[in-house]
Amino acid sequence: MISVRNLRRSFGPVVAVDDISFDVQKGDVLGFLGPNGAGKSTAMKMLACFLPPDSGTATICGHDILTDPIAVRRSIGYLAENAPAYGEMTVAGFLGFVCDARQLSGAERRKALERVARLCHIESVYHQTIDTLSKGYRRRVCLASTLIHDPQVLILDEPTDGLDPNQKHEVRRLIKQMAQDKCIIVSTHILEEVEMVCNRCIIIARGKILVDSTPGELKAQYGCGLDEVFRRITTTRKSA
Amino acid sequence: MNGFWAVYKRELKGYFATPVAYVFLVIFLFFAGYLPFKQGFFEQRQADLRLFFNGLPLLYIFMVPATAMRLWAEERRTGSVELLFTLPITVTQAVVGKFLAAWSFLGIALALTFPLPVTVAYLGDPDWGVIATGYLASFLMAGGFLAIGSFFSAVSKNQVIAFILSVVACAVLVYAGLPTTLQYLSTILPPGAVAAVEGFSFQNHFDSLLRGVIEFKDIAYFVILIVGWVSACSLILDERKAN
Repeated sequence: MISVRNLRRSFGPVVAVDDISFDVQKGDVLGFLGPNGAGKSTAMKMLACFLPPDSGTATICGHDILTDPIAVRRSIGYLAENAPAYGEMTVAGFLGFVCDARQLSGAERRKALERVARLCHIESVYHQTIDTLSKGYRRRVCLASTLIHDPQVLILDEPTDGLDPNQKHEVRRLIKQMAQDKCIIVSTHILEEVEMVCNRCIIIARGKILVDSTPGELKAQYGCGLDEVFRRITTTRKSA
Repeated sequence: MNGFWAVYKRELKGYFATPVAYVFLVIFLFFAGYLPFKQGFFEQRQADLRLFFNGLPLLYIFMVPATAMRLWAEERRTGSVELLFTLPITVTQAVVGKFLAAWSFLGIALALTFPLPVTVAYLGDPDWGVIATGYLASFLMAGGFLAIGSFFSAVSKNQVIAFILSVVACAVLVYAGLPTTLQYLSTILPPGAVAAVEGFSFQNHFDSLLRGVIEFKDIAYFVILIVGWVSACSLILDERKAN
């Protein structure tokens, strides 16, 4: 469902993403790991058609990110790193705007709103202004806006950042539950999260893919926990 | 509902969800009402709105950039631009949607000056054609200023910088066409250049409409101005949205 080919992007002299290629199939939950500044968010922004790549391309659900970005955006749900939302709006108003942009109306819209409010547990703050919400609720509202059109592909940039342990558990459970019929990419720093929800992981550093494997294989290969594997790979290896 | 309507609706509602709209309306309506009386509305003993319309460019130089400065600068500062452009909305739809929402808001502000025409109608027998073209000229001028403001709002993430650049650009376009400026320019520039400066200025086209004459060149001036600056805004935003 996602096919990335030689994607590259630099900011001035800094190469953020350096010629990465990978494929993700339906049913996969791909953990995107890497130290800060490794290029995870830049790669995800390119897949979400927010940033144009310098070279290379990707197709998502058969649509090319360069030639048909609107069709790509229609078929994905993207949760940005800092969970941006319009703070002056109420949760209901904000989700209504996302429904408008995604052309959901009538009964379909009502059902979608009920479904995401229940899934993300935001019923209690539904009529509250977003600026007055805690970080955890704000992130859940953004996650709800990502899921509203029940997309086939989900790109989630640090979805559990700022959540308390119970909320983290809920989001991970939600990702696992959705994994069966979707294709999901999750970036995270929390390695236990990778073990819990991902069936595959890519470790990226300095813009290059260092490892493309499964959490189980990595642990078996290095004979230690994922934390130690991550540390060894990102501090010693240069590229795959 | 496509991306354009989604952005338009959200933006217009957004003005009234915060104190922005109310502060703007109160200040704008106060000065729009105060300036004509200060400049001798009663003393001229004529039932027209010339003084009201003449005062609007000065008011717009400050008020319209104040409305426009947040259009894109705020989206880019808070990061919500990333949300907007990962929804199925094109840059053109978003730019035009926001521009028209802000222009509609300025139209509402202008419509709320209705007590002034009511006053002149009570006091005398005004020429309604001239008043109508005056309102048309003012609305087009607001659109022109707004297009300039939205461009500078896309240029800088900082609202203060966006505001100052827009005020300067609008002021140059207004003051370049004033008789005193043109008189001074005629001493240092050839007549052709002075005529060109006059043609580029807002004032010339605005005054022409205020006289009650709708000429193609005046309408075309405002349309080209608006389309040009809004297109430039789209281009710059597409280039800079992720910076």
